[in-house]
Amino acid sequence: MQNKATQQLDSVVVRFAGDSGDGMQLTGGQFMMASVIAGNDIATFPDYPAEIRAPAGTLAGVSGFQLHFAANEIFTPGDAVDVLVAMNPAALAKNLGSLKEGGALIVNESSFSKKGLKMAGFETSPLENDSLDDYQLYKVDLARLTQDALAEHGLSAKEVARCKNFLALGLMCWLYERPVDTVVEEVTARFGSKPKYLEANLAAFKAGYNYGENSEQFLVRYQVPAVPDITAGTYRNITGNEAIAIGLVAAAQKAGRQLFYGSYPITPASDVLHYLSGYKHFGVRTFQAEDEIAAVCATLGAAYANALAVTGTSGPGLALKAEAVGLGVMTELPMVIVNVQRGGPSTGLPTKTEQADLLQSVYGRNGESPTAVIAARSPGDAFYAAYEAARIAIKHMMPVIVLSDGSIANGAEPWRVPNVDDLKAFESTELDTAEGLGEEGFQPYTRNENLARPWAKVGTRGLEHRLGGIEKWDITGHISYDPDNHHHMTMLRQDKVDRVTGSMAPLDVIGDKSGDVLVVSWGSTYGTCLTAVRQLQREGKSVSMVSLRWINPLPADLDAICNSFSTVLVPEINNGQLLKLMREQFSFNGRGYNRIAGQPLQVSAVRDAIVDCLSS
Amino acid sequence: MNAPVPRKFKAKEFASDQDVRWCPGCGDYAILAGVQRALAKQGVTSENIAFISGIGCSSRFPYYMSTYGFHTIHGRAPAIATGFKVVAPHMQVWVVTGDGDALSIGGNHFIHALRRNVDLKILLFNNRIYGLTKGQYSPTSEIGKKTKSSPLGSIDNPFNPMSVAIGAEATFLARTIDVDAKVMQPVLAAAAGHGGAAFIEILQNCNIFNDGAWEDIAAKQVRAEKTILLQHGQPMVFGAQRDKGIRIRGVTPEVVTIGEDGITEADLWVHDEKDEDSTRAFLLSRMNGPAFPVPVGVLRAVERPIYDRAVNAQVAQAEAAKPADLQTLLNGRKSWTVG
Repeated sequence: MQNKATQQLDSVVVRFAGDSGDGMQLTGGQFMMASVIAGNDIATFPDYPAEIRAPAGTLAGVSGFQLHFAANEIFTPGDAVDVLVAMNPAALAKNLGSLKEGGALIVNESSFSKKGLKMAGFETSPLENDSLDDYQLYKVDLARLTQDALAEHGLSAKEVARCKNFLALGLMCWLYERPVDTVVEEVTARFGSKPKYLEANLAAFKAGYNYGENSEQFLVRYQVPAVPDITAGTYRNITGNEAIAIGLVAAAQKAGRQLFYGSYPITPASDVLHYLSGYKHFGVRTFQAEDEIAAVCATLGAAYANALAVTGTSGPGLALKAEAVGLGVMTELPMVIVNVQRGGPSTGLPTKTEQADLLQSVYGRNGESPTAVIAARSPGDAFYAAYEAARIAIKHMMPVIVLSDGSIANGAEPWRVPNVDDLKAFESTELDTAEGLGEEGFQPYTRNENLARPWAKVGTRGLEHRLGGIEKWDITGHISYDPDNHHHMTMLRQDKVDRVTGSMAPLDVIGDKSGDVLVVSWGSTYGTCLTAVRQLQREGKSVSMVSLRWINPLPADLDAICNSFSTVLVPEINNGQLLKLMREQFSFNGRGYNRIAGQPLQVSAVRDAIVDCLSS
Repeated sequence: MNAPVPRKFKAKEFASDQDVRWCPGCGDYAILAGVQRALAKQGVTSENIAFISGIGCSSRFPYYMSTYGFHTIHGRAPAIATGFKVVAPHMQVWVVTGDGDALSIGGNHFIHALRRNVDLKILLFNNRIYGLTKGQYSPTSEIGKKTKSSPLGSIDNPFNPMSVAIGAEATFLARTIDVDAKVMQPVLAAAAGHGGAAFIEILQNCNIFNDGAWEDIAAKQVRAEKTILLQHGQPMVFGAQRDKGIRIRGVTPEVVTIGEDGITEADLWVHDEKDEDSTRAFLLSRMNGPAFPVPVGVLRAVERPIYDRAVNAQVAQAEAAKPADLQTLLNGRKSWTVG
């Protein structure tokens, strides 16, 4: 047995890439869990192809899973990749550009056949020429190794081939000293009901691990220690979509109401519907509607009937829902609309991330139809964004849009689980009795200090009333075309949204309260911006940052904070939408950094943009 | 549904204090009065009832009722009503719509509410025109209809709401004429008592934009000859002298004269509203003038699982079977503790 050296590393970025049918998401997910249990901080970025199953070996069918794991707190899945595991030539062709010079390239050489090479656009095999000289190349005959490992398992050739990703996983777990027991536990939990496959996968996994141990190619192992000084608490791994789902269940429980979720399957939001469909034991009613409009309409009907009413979708669906959201604004009903943004416009890039629905969310309805908009900034944070949206919707009797995006939805990070008792309490204007009403009886548009109207409990005698989309007199709610009333109501509906600022915490400035550059981030640019800002702060630069939870209304203290800096930089994965919104509302010296490529922003690019601001 | 309260109700109790604004002579007045009367007979108090409408003259309806009500957006009432009913199953929910609202923009929601068999009472006021927007043709307007948007005559082929409803697997189908209280009252009562989606097509007259659309069959003088009141278990007889009937041979109905060619009531098609197979209901839906009298009354009333009840039953079952601890949900399948 060779004596293998061990090296310690602070952080590693691994990307697993293969054909859609190669199980890269599964493999990446298992490696991620192992890293999480090993005590590393992690951030993931799954990169799905848009097609469900493109022909095997083609570039269109390449699926990737990137995992950044570290011995310190990290906030992004990593700009450049340290280790690329390429299961076939197409995966290599598509992902090589992201691999660092000198990075490790582990390829499944069994798949570099004439056919495979041709489909990936290679004239000759890159394994045989010098095109990969800039990298540490490791050729592994995964097919043969898997066949050898599973010779006695009584599986068909196809079944054997499908286990090769576990062999690759085993090798990687050896290479980075991941806790084997965890992987075995996780795999058992997942495949327990299919003993034949469980045995095979575990055998392949162990074979991969042993291969690392015995192979002459791999002479060094790496250790990425656990993160010290983690805040005490209970942690779990979570994706953004799951966080939204459990955030809504938590909200319904704390509000003491039924959760009604009306939705239509759409990438990348469908998993929210899937999760919630499994929570019937929490009294959750999910409604898979015939279309996006039916989904939001059923949600509005449920809101009228006093449920915590939520609908979820992506950009194209939000466009369809506009009229119904407007009806919610007009009838002042509490409703949450979750938009998991994706590349647009139109069908766009369904499996890629983007932040370009900000203006649509703030403005996209006919007439003056102001709607509150809140954004999640990371997978774990999506729990709080959904919870708060529900709380504000009910407290202020209005629709609230929650913005998430593809990278948050499918990305994962460790999350400190809140104690249920610590979650914020709900306030509502629900009225369940007609006692105490004056001789005018129930008037559906009387208001409290938040301008919220009463939420009559349907079925209560004496509270019968009619809501409608036509303009109405304030207080009584009867139809009115009176000019002064319409102006009054228009201003009132704006005022309602403006008053949400009263429910906001002061903005947290990361860094000095004044200085040269302020980075204003919203949504998923949080991790990237924070990493760049922290780097520059460590270098002594005068850079600070705020991360906006609320998009509409904007926080009341944003103006003063922005004006305490010489330049404000707003990095966005859109063409400058938050920047536009801010400029409308107050003056400041701002500029944007915009790259709309269906990918998270790169730390190096944001850093360069900040440095640009510093030097000008 | 709530049990009727044992006291006498007045129709007026179900009227709101708002002035009714339909055009004088509009068929909607008769429908409004008929519905208020039916609710009074039913004996369910107003707080247990909701009227949900779309957009159109029909859809002003909720404002004139003293129940809960929601005047929503064009075509979307069945969808809104579905969410409402799932969350508040104890409420009796009526949907008021029109030929444009339900069959044009709202077609999708209409068919899915019927398909799902959501417990909604759907009143479709069919006046074969778009009234509120002042006179465009609708999906039920006849070919050649001259309107503001079809000055040379409509080239659009109309379809038949009843046939569409059957295609959507509707469990309850009925038809009535707006001014025919004798037919409307039992139809409304039957719809209210039906478990699931109840579709009632109300042939309504818009005297401003499409006056006389149904005159050929609905006018008092011709009604007996031009319509046939269907009654479950009864042979199909019609005519002022009750001397005509419908006989069916295979899948072909035909009008026959009782007493001629030895035809007696025994030869006539006996109406079976509970026929599980919708074929015959479909044939009834195709019966139209001039060859046939238009069927009114209840065409079909079958039982099928009710959507909102099934949703809530499934939830109740899950709640009984599995403990629901929020902290456990938040912790997830695998969690670890630090410090």
